[in-house]
Amino acid sequence: MDYDRRHVVESMLQQMLFIRLFEESVEQDALQGMVQGGVHLSIGQEAVAVGVHHALQSQDYVTGGHRGHHICLARGMDPRIMMAELMGKATGLSRGKSGSMHLIDPDHGILGLNGIVAASIGIATGAAFAVKYWQRSDQVVVGFFGDGAGNKGLFNESLNLAGLWNLPVIYVCENNQYAVETHVRQSTAGGDLSHRAEGYGFPGITVDGMDPLAVWEAVTQARTRAVNGEGPTLIEAQTYRYRGHDVGDPQTYRTKDEIADWRERDPIEYLTQMAMANEWLDGNTITALRESMQREVDAARRFALESPDPELGVALQYVYSQGGTGWQN
Amino acid sequence: MAELSFGRAFAKGLSEEMARDPNIVVLGTDILMRGGHFGQVAGLGEQFGPTRVIDTPISEAGLVSLGMGAALLGLRPIVDLNFQDFMLGAMDELINQVAKWSYMSDGRLRVPLVIRASDGAAHGAGPQHSQSLEGWIASTPGLRVVVPSTPADVTGLLKTVLRQDDPVLFFMHKMLSAIKGEVPDEDVVIPLGQAAVRRAGDDVTIIAYGIMTSYALQAADSLAIEGISADVIDLRTLSPLDVQTVVTSVKRTSRAVVVHQAPTFGGFGGELTSIIQEQAFDYLDAPVVRVGARHTPVPVASILQEAVIPNVSDIVQAVKSIC
Repeated sequence: MDYDRRHVVESMLQQMLFIRLFEESVEQDALQGMVQGGVHLSIGQEAVAVGVHHALQSQDYVTGGHRGHHICLARGMDPRIMMAELMGKATGLSRGKSGSMHLIDPDHGILGLNGIVAASIGIATGAAFAVKYWQRSDQVVVGFFGDGAGNKGLFNESLNLAGLWNLPVIYVCENNQYAVETHVRQSTAGGDLSHRAEGYGFPGITVDGMDPLAVWEAVTQARTRAVNGEGPTLIEAQTYRYRGHDVGDPQTYRTKDEIADWRERDPIEYLTQMAMANEWLDGNTITALRESMQREVDAARRFALESPDPELGVALQYVYSQGGTGWQN
Repeated sequence: MAELSFGRAFAKGLSEEMARDPNIVVLGTDILMRGGHFGQVAGLGEQFGPTRVIDTPISEAGLVSLGMGAALLGLRPIVDLNFQDFMLGAMDELINQVAKWSYMSDGRLRVPLVIRASDGAAHGAGPQHSQSLEGWIASTPGLRVVVPSTPADVTGLLKTVLRQDDPVLFFMHKMLSAIKGEVPDEDVVIPLGQAAVRRAGDDVTIIAYGIMTSYALQAADSLAIEGISADVIDLRTLSPLDVQTVVTSVKRTSRAVVVHQAPTFGGFGGELTSIIQEQAFDYLDAPVVRVGARHTPVPVASILQEAVIPNVSDIVQAVKSIC
């Protein structure tokens, strides 16, 4: 168990570090106008995606919302191709047509991030419907979404269908306290969002989303439930984004003290301390790890910057599945 | 050949496709035992059981979104929304999600999802159960729109739809539900984007689809008595659109009348009119005329409904105004 725990902690730490460094790099490039479109950073929320990932199998599917770089990287999206997509390059995942908010990578079970709040919940529910229809015994779907999504109709419609049909879906609410600029207490009746699962007849729990091990444990149980045919689970992970809603957000709606308080619970710091206290890793190893991750991020960035722009014809491709558009003008 | 109603023709096509492809499922309200409110899936519950003919709650957004998620994995769901007006509860899912996944994934994912709904004015159905919203959908890149006018087309178009991978909205006018027509026994598929010339004529081209095809044919009958011969084109699908059949006919007749039950203002007829003037302007001897509904919701009282939706005489008048 100790070996397993050590292995998991090291793996989580590595992933979270990489995600953090990747997004810090994206942030700099976004400020320089080198990233196309809006950029919603997950810095601070890494523990949720990484905790979930460690509880999943490679055959599992995920969907996510507009803030999902961490989900994609945790699930194994190639950082070079991802960075190229963020910069709108020909080598990007969708050759510049999806960008940051709509990253899609079926090879890694990423059915799609989403620019519309709550949409990921319904799509995950549908994927779980197919998994159940085909009676696939060891596959689940995770639908990530934010606290803002819990108040939309689709959240409620989808949870009802999942509860009704006992679908193998795990709903992971990343409650980062803010829907754009509105605090969850100003938007959400009835306390924790996780309580809402009860109304649809399945368990909902709130976990510490700054602790990847807590998330891992909760999702592991939820996955076991799902593959045993016991149906969905709603997990609300209490977390925090250190950055604004998007790059460039002046953040007039919160205090520096509040951000500092949450940073006290930084998941990377937390696992670093744990690894060092248990003598699993020492300072030198961690420094070396960080340097090697930074080199990988830099390589991804260089790959994206050196990649060509897409041919203009790409804009007309795959409106329909046969490859083209529906009208020539 | 069997004589089937519009609704039963859908059930026939679907039954044959479901027997062929185990990945086709149909979801909707009151379908397992009742067979749908328009007889559109009658008998399928008995034939395929509740795992493939699935009774659902009233939950348009949830079901369209669920259908999309399942389709991304390769299932072929048909979500039956009953009335087209109810589709509006799932517009985010249709326009922002379903329509865009092929494009945003650069062709790596597909959404072979079919939405079936009954549209159009029916006596007393009123403002919220009578709309013709096909033009709105047809204008969205990524979606396909099918608007059949005969039972044979319902079966043949449905078969095609269930053998291709794009999301399709399959709109069946509710006043056509009970009409009967011959449907071939054999496996006949009708390609999308292929209009049918329902009547040949030389003096004017009347372009219609769905229920207005039969109105156009009735109008052509009375025009014939007065010595005007009309080419009547039934588009069958709006997306993809068979431009060639329309333009070829108009170049020959030099006159065109465009007909639909949706309001004229902002309707699909405006698109058809523009295409004709762009591609056949030099051949036209008169302006293209549109026949559609007034710019109002559809009122409940029959006499009022008739006052706002187009009828046979409106088409006759429109043709005479340019012939």
